[in-house]
Formats: sequence, C-alpha cells, structure tokens
Amino acid sequence: MRKVHTNIIQISGDVITVEADNVGYMEIAEVTTRYGISLAQVIRIDNNKVYLQVFAGSKGISTGDKVRFFGHPMRITSGDALLGRIFNGSGQPLDKGPALGDNQVEIGSPSVNPVKRIIPNKMIRTGIPMIDVFNSLVESQKLPIFSIAGEPYNELLARIAVQAEVDIIILGGMGLKFDSYLFFRDKLQEQGALSRSIFFIHTAADPTVECLLVPDISLAVAEQFALSGKRVLVLLTDMTNFADALKEISITMEQVPSNRGYPGDLYSQLAARYEKAVDFDTAGSITILAVTTMPGDDVTHPVPDNTGYITEGQFYLKNRVIEPFGSLSRLKQQVNGKTRPDHRTIMDTMIQLFASYREALEKRAMGFQMSGWDNKLLKYGDLFEKEMMSLEVNIPLEKALDKGWQILSACFTPEETGIKQSVIEQYWPK
Amino acid sequence: MSSLRAGKIVKINGNMVTVEAESFVIQNEVAYIIHGDQRLKAEVIRVRGKLAETQVYENTVDLKVGEVAEFTGELLSVELGPGLLGQIFDGLQNPLPELAKECGFFLKRGVYLQPLNPDSKWDFQPLVKEKAKVRAGDKIGFVTENIFKHFVMVPFGLSGIFEVERISSPGSYSLKDSIASIKDSNGNTHEVFLKQTWPVKVPIKAYAEKLKPEEPLITKMRIIDSLFPVAKGGTYCIPGPFGAGKTVLQQLTSRHAEVDVVIIAACGERAGEVVETLKTFPELIDPKTSRPLMERTVIICNTSSMPVAARESSVYTAATIAEYYRQMGLNVLLLADSTSRWAQAMREMSGRLEEIPGEEAFPAYLESRIASFYERAGFVRLNDGSLGSVTIGGTVSPAGGNFEEPVTQATLKVVGAFHGLSRERSNARKYPSIDPLISWSKYPSFINEKHNKKGHAILRKSNDVSQMMKVIGEEGTSVADYIDYLKGDFFDFVYLQQNAFDEVDEATITERQKFIFEFIYNNILEREIRFADKDNALQFFHKLRQKFKTWNSASWQSEGFKRTQAEIEELLNEASLDRKEKDKTNA
Repeated sequence: MRKVHTNIIQISGDVITVEADNVGYMEIAEVTTRYGISLAQVIRIDNNKVYLQVFAGSKGISTGDKVRFFGHPMRITSGDALLGRIFNGSGQPLDKGPALGDNQVEIGSPSVNPVKRIIPNKMIRTGIPMIDVFNSLVESQKLPIFSIAGEPYNELLARIAVQAEVDIIILGGMGLKFDSYLFFRDKLQEQGALSRSIFFIHTAADPTVECLLVPDISLAVAEQFALSGKRVLVLLTDMTNFADALKEISITMEQVPSNRGYPGDLYSQLAARYEKAVDFDTAGSITILAVTTMPGDDVTHPVPDNTGYITEGQFYLKNRVIEPFGSLSRLKQQVNGKTRPDHRTIMDTMIQLFASYREALEKRAMGFQMSGWDNKLLKYGDLFEKEMMSLEVNIPLEKALDKGWQILSACFTPEETGIKQSVIEQYWPK
Repeated sequence: MSSLRAGKIVKINGNMVTVEAESFVIQNEVAYIIHGDQRLKAEVIRVRGKLAETQVYENTVDLKVGEVAEFTGELLSVELGPGLLGQIFDGLQNPLPELAKECGFFLKRGVYLQPLNPDSKWDFQPLVKEKAKVRAGDKIGFVTENIFKHFVMVPFGLSGIFEVERISSPGSYSLKDSIASIKDSNGNTHEVFLKQTWPVKVPIKAYAEKLKPEEPLITKMRIIDSLFPVAKGGTYCIPGPFGAGKTVLQQLTSRHAEVDVVIIAACGERAGEVVETLKTFPELIDPKTSRPLMERTVIICNTSSMPVAARESSVYTAATIAEYYRQMGLNVLLLADSTSRWAQAMREMSGRLEEIPGEEAFPAYLESRIASFYERAGFVRLNDGSLGSVTIGGTVSPAGGNFEEPVTQATLKVVGAFHGLSRERSNARKYPSIDPLISWSKYPSFINEKHNKKGHAILRKSNDVSQMMKVIGEEGTSVADYIDYLKGDFFDFVYLQQNAFDEVDEATITERQKFIFEFIYNNILEREIRFADKDNALQFFHKLRQKFKTWNSASWQSEGFKRTQAEIEELLNEASLDRKEKDKTNA
C-alpha cells in the first residue's frame, strides 16, 4: 500500500503542490476530496515539492485532502473489450457498461524507430473526389482538417470514418459539444460502424485537464490494436482545444510563454501525438484525422501553423467545400502512381487551370472585359465546382477521373490544357 | 582519465533535470542519469553553484529526486572512421537499424549502441614511413570504403609536429587495432587508430586555408543551377511555408547533386517523410557510379517526436561527419531539414531554463548559433594541397510562412543563396515553388551572364505586366507588353518548373540546361515575335508550351528529343512566317 499524503501546500489553477518523497516524474496519483475521487499526474518535481495536475480540476480541493501515488505513469486498458464502448477523458465509462481494469498499457510510449516503419502505400478511398483525386488519403497518414467554427468538419470526419476501409475507429473528442458527441454516436450506429468503434469523449463542460489525456489514451489504445495487426483510424476533434488546454496549464505553471501565450514546447507536444501515426513493418497501422479549428480563419495562428509543419498535409475546409488551394496530401504520390495512369495528369492539370479560373474570376470582379480564354476558364471553373468540388459528390475515383476528362474536353482544346501529347492521345474524349 | 564524479537529482521539469554535484562540474560535459538499470545520456547546460542543470537526451518519465547522476568529463562526441557511409543514425549517433534489431518497434531509452562496428576488418595501406613528420589532419594511410579511399588521419585534436614511430604494414585491421604511433616534441607517444572521436559542437579545422566558394555545385534543378546557383563550400537556405515543397526539393537534391558525399540531417521532421528517404535510398542507383546511392550517404534522423535535446544535437553531429569527409578531400553536401525545428528545440530548452526570451521567445543567442552553424561550411585547401568542401543547405520553416521571423532573418544574413518558396506558386502547382522574384544568389552561374540577366528581366517584366493587368485589365495592355507577359510565363512554365515525377524531367544535366536555356534565349526571349492580337499570341504560346513539355520529358539527344526540337523549330518558323504575311497585309 502506497503512502497517503495530506500536506497540499499550494493550489493554483488545476495544479496542486504536495510535499512527498520518492515520487516519479509523470507518475499518476489519486486525489480524494469531499466531492469525489480524481486522478492526477505529476508534471514537475522540485526537491520534495511535487506538482500535480488534477484531471477533474481543482474545484473544491482542500489543503487537507488526501493524495495517494500509484507508483507508475498513466495506464489504460486496451483490447477487444473496449469495442463499442464510450469513455471519458480519463478512461472511465460514460456508457452504462462496466469499468475495465485488465490488460493495462502505459500511455505515451516511446517513438517508433523510423527504420521499423514502412513507406505508406495503401490508399484509403473516401468517395470524395476532392480527396481521392486531388489529395488521396493514405493509410498511416496524419492529416488535420483545417476549418473554422460553423463548417461541417465533424460531418466530414464521420463520413470518412464510415466509408474508409479500416478495422477499428477510435474517436477522441476534446471540448466536444454534447450534441456533436451524440451526432458521432448516432451516425456511426446508423451506418453499423459503432461496434468497431471506441469513443474517448471530453465535452466542453468537463474539466480542462481531462482534455489533455484524450489524444494520449486514444493513441495508446490504437497502438495496441495496430501492433496486433489491425488497421486503425483515429479521429481527433478538436486539437485546438487540446492546445488551449496546454496553454492553460503552462500559464498556471508560470512557464515562460512563447507565441501568443502557448507553451514553448507546443510543437513537441503536438508532434508527440501526431507521430503516433504509423504503418508498422509486419503489423497494422494508425491513420490520424484531426480537426484543427483556426481562430479567425488564420492559418498562421500558432496551432494550425505548428500542426502544418508536423502533419502530412491538410484538408482545408472552407465555405463547405474542401478548398483545392491549401489542401495537400503529402503522401498522395505514394499511391496515385498506381491507381490509373492518368490520375496525376488530371490532378495537376485541373488544379493549374482552376488557379487560372480564380484569376479570371478576380478580373471579372474588377469589371474587366473577358477574353475568349477567360470565358473558357469561367465555364471550366463552374463545372469543376459543381461536379468535383461539392461535398455532395460521392463517386469512386475512376468515375471522378472520367468526369475530369469530360469537363476538360467540354471547355478546352487539348493544347490549351498543356497536357503532353501521348497522354492526350490516350485519354482525350473523342 | 578523470575519475568519475557523481551527483543527485534535485529537480525534474520536462527533460531538464537539475543535479546537485558532489565536486566540480564542466559546462557542456556529458552526464548519465542512473535510473534502475538504465543510463540516460544528458548534457550539462548551466551551472549554478553546486547545481548542474542538465538536458536529458531521453524521455524523463519516472525519474525521481535522489537518483544518481554521473559526470563523464567529456563533451558530446561522435566516432569518425570507416563504416560511417550508408548508415542511419539518430542525433546521438545511435545506429537505428541496429537499434531496431535490439529493441524492436520502439526506441528504448538508455540504449546506446556503438556507431561503428569495432570488429569489422578494413584493408589498410600506409602512406607514410617511419620517421616521417606529420601534423593533425595529415593522411598516414587509407582503407577502401565503398568507392572512396577513406584516409586515416592524424587525430584532428593534436597540435604541433609529430614523428611517426611506427606504422602498420599493409593488411587487415579492425577499429580496435592501433595503426600507428606518433611522438610529439616532448617525447610522448600517441596511438593512432582507424577511427577517432570528435566533440560535435567544435568545428574541425585541420586544413591549411579556407577559400572563396566559386565552383558551381550542380543540383540538376534548372531554376537553381541556372538562376540561383549554389557553390561548392557555400551555403544556401530554403525558407517556405508548410506545404510549399521544401522536403521534396531536399530529397531531389540529395539524389541528384553532383557531390561525393551527402549527409542528410532530419532535425525534428515527419517520420513519414524520413522513412521515405530511409527506404528508397538503399534501392536507388547513383547514375554516375552505378552503385547504390546509400553508399555515399549518411542519414542523421531525428523525427519530431524524438526528445528535444537529441533533435538539437543532430545538426552538429551531421556537420562533424561532413567535416570529417571534407578532410579527406571530398565534396560533401549537408542538407538540414529543418533548421527551424532545431531553432525551436533551442527555444524550448531556453524556456525551460527560464532565460529572458528574445524576439518571438527565441533565445538571445539564436543569431550567433545559426551563424556559427552555417560557418561550418567551406571550401578548403588541406595541408597536402588537395581541396575539399562542405556545402550546407538548410530549409527553414518560418512561423506563419512569414519570412520576417527571427530564424529566416538570422539565416539570410549568413548564407550565400536564398531559395524562397512561395505559397502562391505551390498553390498553382508550380514546382519547384522557388519564387524567382524574391530569390537570390551571390554565386556565379554557368549560364552566360548577359543571357541570364535577360532571363531574370523577362520574369520581372512579365510579373509587372501581370500586376498591371490586374489593375487596368487585359484590354488596357499593349500587345507588346502582353507578349512580354507571355514570354515570362512561358519561360517559367517550361524552364523553371520541373516535374519531380517525370523520370527525365526531374533532373537536368548541365549540358542540357545550357542548351535549352540558349535555345529559349535565342528563339523566344531575344526574338521579337509579333502577333495580330492577344488571342493569337496566347494560342501560339499555349502550343509552344505543350511542345516544350513533351520536349522536357524526352531523354537528352534521343530520337524523341530531336523530333520534338524539329517540331518546335517549325512552330517558331511558322510564327515568323505568319508575322511577315501580317506585315505584308498591313503594308
């Protein structure tokens, strides 16, 4: 039995300081107050002063309350028993199912040795042309959905989850609105995907600190499944809430703030989570799709900015469509060389012409006379937006490519597209 | 050897661990934190009284106050010797493939393996005789490492003149065998081995003089070699917002650059991209030598989730290995991706030390650290008269894509060429997305200077006209201006842009660059092409563009190449014919 400490000497934000010896860095403890029991984690040690962040928040903690250390870092149950279940940010059941205690693994495992990874090479089809054709999603990819409040990012996440060919879906909700949580639950149930899903939900009303644990426990569980050969899709929404929780804690801890009050290690903190995306040599994989809402639609805000440098591209959701500019799948070239020989040509040409279309739009908005070429571009852009960009479109990749050729040939002569002759000869609709 | 000094942990904050030392402490010495049966490497980064603040190169989970630390008295060093080429190390020179054999999928903390196999045998050939006078850096013999003569050199840290007492005869030796002994002026004897160690943060300077870098380093990227060249021994930086193509550009350069050795340092980059380099390099064949590309490459790999202190050290490890091969008279290219991650690691450490932050919370010493890193590049004459070089190309990932930020600005001050990537160009799929209007180089290009200037001028003019058209519209623009706009746009599309996924177009040799550049200069840029109206002009350039695209993916001087060239010439002739007829009707 571990010793119980009652000498809490400081309470500041959700961080309490207790005098104790022989405590390990990042160790887990249990704080018992008159309002209940909460887990807490050691985040700094200074001689015999131990700083703990209390997951359920510090409200109602008295200086005489009990702190009991567990002697190990945070652990979470993993395995098939979790399937179809819903938990909160510290792993307690939110559904009516039993609490789980077996088969525990430590969260925050070390980095995967890069030489034990394989080059991602399997495309995850979504039926969304703006993804499949222009920015293919690849198994083991880590991709954020950059968006602003009000956009249907959770709907997009759910649709990808339902249509993606994976074995297990893990949803990590951070600061989630309660009705968004219900939306995910109902949507996945409707489509028969709930039985292969696990939810870890922190809602906006829950204590901030619990939010910090959500990605870690989601990814720790995902990792166990991946090691046993499963293909796991992890959905995280919203990572900006996670970063804001980090900010709150670091300011409480009187850390020297970096950009806009975020902690100096924001990059490392985000990277430690995103880098869990992996395709294991001889085992399964983890693919991460994460919503990052951009305060003020500002991609240079520290959270989307740091995220962009860590992740393998991003889907940019704007005005209810996936924006062709700004959206990027860095791994697409690993898979789109093997789909159909014209895939890359369609991808590049259509976007180049779409850039010209945007210029023509600007010209028109300025009130300039439209040239013959401008008119062709306007017709093209219109078709592109309607038949390719709309999130309503739900067709397989091959159909989307055919559609691409139809749109091009309806608007341009072959040489106007800049496509090289040999490809024109093979694919240009007669 | 100094006896081991010890201390006890008193504070833990992230990977900053404060140790109360029992005796003296040396700034920047390596210490080991003893945690159960694990020994975690750390470096002393500040000393206050008896308290040594160390940054631990590992995860610090579960460490406790009261645990013991041992000070080694040595600075963080790397092993230099045969067997480095083809290896994949982390920032502390841990060989990652060996580590995977030992520990499996995950990087187990506290496991440090020998970077070079001490038992592997190398065929040694002596180059000096007994009684010969030698000094630090002098070549006393060689072994064969892949295609290179790997020279065995007098340890770089020795100073003064030495006399060779004994030198081994030709034969097979391991890294453990003393290969020679040399005597200093005081009569002390030093043993020389096939390998030596060197502290990573100290530059190797065992050369005669540093020269001005002027000889072009060919990257086979047209926009770089022709317009914004890099010189052997020079420095360049590639800043760009995320998604603009920095990493792809670095990968292409690492494959195609005409150098002897490439050192790739990933300091905090995406594992998904690093793994691509790790897995594809061993399979790629160097067209020049017909040997695997990996045989002339060393990869220093720290992904973004590896501990921050190890990320910080990785650029130094890479620079030291680069300097080592330079000492053999080789041309080495060091690619660091990305130096911003390295600077961020510094910022993170500085924050934990609670130092007063400078601009954007970067430490005040940011500029001097960046400058001293790039200063490790150089074109040098060695003691024996031969030449060697280290070229450093660093990518920068500016916060918010804004080049005004401290890391980009500090880097721009100290590099010889600047390849600025732009979001606009990458959005429009113009790759490589180096923006010709903001980039510059202080190094000479192999393209005729006058012609080169014309190339720059047409791009500027084209941009001016395009900007003007946004204000006054296309109809308000003269046909002549409009044609200049089209010329610039054409030059950009067919020459500056290169398709990284086209086998031929992805890399262009010097000869071809010269030929195509001159062709475009003579037939399009310098030539006055007139058209009846803008639509005709646009149509003509569309046709020309498409032909050039086909031309770019035809192998140099192949049948297809010649056929397309003839077609292009015909198209150009027709245009001038068209012009003459138009002139007639107008007259």
